[in-house]
Amino acid sequence: MIKRLLLIAVFAGVVLSFLPLTSLLQTRTGVTSLAQQYLNRAPTDYNIPNIVTAIVVSYRGLDTLGEVTVLFAAAVGVSLALGFRRKARPGKDEPVHAEPTKVPASEILQTGAGLLLPLILAFGVYIFLHGHLTPGGGFQGGVVIASGLLLALLAGTFADVPHGLLQVLEMLSGASYVAIGALGLWLGAGFLDPRFLPAGEFGQVYSSGAIPLIYSLVGIKVGSELATVISDLRRNS
Amino acid sequence: MIGPALFVLAFVIMAIGVWGLLVRRNIFRMIIGFSLLDTGVHIFMVAAGYREGGTAPIVDAQATAAQVAANGVDPVPSSLVLTAIVIGLAVTALMLSYAVRLHARSKSLMVDKNKELKW
Amino acid sequence: MILALVIVFGLIMVGGAVAALYTKDMVSAIVASGIVSLLASVLYLVYGAPDVAMTEAAIGSALTTVVFLYAWNRIVKQRQKDKEDHK
Repeated sequence: MIKRLLLIAVFAGVVLSFLPLTSLLQTRTGVTSLAQQYLNRAPTDYNIPNIVTAIVVSYRGLDTLGEVTVLFAAAVGVSLALGFRRKARPGKDEPVHAEPTKVPASEILQTGAGLLLPLILAFGVYIFLHGHLTPGGGFQGGVVIASGLLLALLAGTFADVPHGLLQVLEMLSGASYVAIGALGLWLGAGFLDPRFLPAGEFGQVYSSGAIPLIYSLVGIKVGSELATVISDLRRNS
Repeated sequence: MIGPALFVLAFVIMAIGVWGLLVRRNIFRMIIGFSLLDTGVHIFMVAAGYREGGTAPIVDAQATAAQVAANGVDPVPSSLVLTAIVIGLAVTALMLSYAVRLHARSKSLMVDKNKELKW
Repeated sequence: MILALVIVFGLIMVGGAVAALYTKDMVSAIVASGIVSLLASVLYLVYGAPDVAMTEAAIGSALTTVVFLYAWNRIVKQRQKDKEDHK
C-alpha cells in the first residue's frame, strides 16, 4: 500500500515537472534564428532540395556518425546476448524433446513474397539513392530493405539471412563512411564536408556533392544491421 | 490551435509511458511503456518545430526556395527525431534480448522475483 | 478540419496506449503499441515532417512490433519447454 502511494507520488512529481513547458502552449508563427539560417542557406550551400537531408548528413553530420555507432553497439549487444550458434555435434547433443513440426507458409504468402521481394529491394535502393531529392534517405531505405528480408524469412524463401554477406557489407559501409569523412577533411572544408565532389545541377541524382554517396552507405549499414538483429531474435523460434 | 493540440497529445502519451514504467511489474509491459515514452518524446519534438501554416522543408515543383525559406517548418527537430527513432528501435531490441535471457535463467518475468545481484 | 483529425487520432492513440499496458493478452498489447506508432506517423505527415513519417511508419509500426513478437515467441517456447520438463 505504501509502495503504491509512493509510486503514485513519484508519477505525479514527474508529470508536474512538465509544468514549466506549458509556456509552449501557444501558436507560433516564426521559427528560431538558427532554423531560419538553415532554411535560407541550405539550398544554395549544397545545391540540395531536401533540407532535412542536408542537416542530417552535413550540417550535423557528427550526430549521424554517433547514431551509426550506437546502432552498431546495440546490434553487437543483441548478438552477444542471443546469437549463440551451437554447432551440431552428431551423437553428443541429442535433442531431448521432439522438435515441433513447423507449419509451412501458405501459398499466398510464398507466391506474394517471391513477387514482392525484388520490388521491395529495388524500392529501398531507390529511397536511399534519392534521399537528397525527395523525402527519404538512408535510414528509411535501409529499414525498407530489412523489412523485405523479413518478408522473405517469414515466407520461407530463405531459411536464414546470409550472415557472412551482411557482416561484410556492414563492415565495408561503416569503414567507407569514416573514410569519406576523412576525405572531406583532406579535400574539402572539414570532416564530413561533402563538397569535394561536384555540386551538379539542382534536382538531378548526381548532384550536391558526396551527400548521396554518404547517405547510401548509411542506408546499407542500417539495413544490414537491422536484418542481423531480427535474425538473432528469430533464431530457435 | 493546431500546434498546441499536438503538445497536449505528446504530454499525455509521455505520461502514460512513465506510468507503465513505474507501476507495471512485468518486464515486457515495462518495455512497452518505454517504447510509448519514446513515441511521446518524438511527437513532442516534432510539435516543437511546427509553425502555423507551415510547409515541409523540401524544395520541389510546388514550393520554390523562397517560399520554403519564408514558410517552412523547423527542419532541425525532424533530423533529430530521425536519429532518435532508429536508436529507439535498437535500444528496444537490446532490452528485449536481455529480458529473454532473464526469463531463461530465472523462469519469471516479474521484476519483484529478479531482485538479487549475482555477487 | 485538421484539428478534428488530430483530436480523433489523439483519442484513439490514448486509448491504444492504455490498452497496451492493461490488456491481459500480451500479443494484443504489442499490436496496440504498433497502432499508436502508426497513427503517430500519420500525424507527423500532417505536421510537415514527411521524412519522420516514413521512418516512423517503417520502424515504429513494422519493425518494433515484429521484434516484440519474436521475443515474446521465445518466451512462450521457453515456458512450453519448462512445462514438458516438469511432466
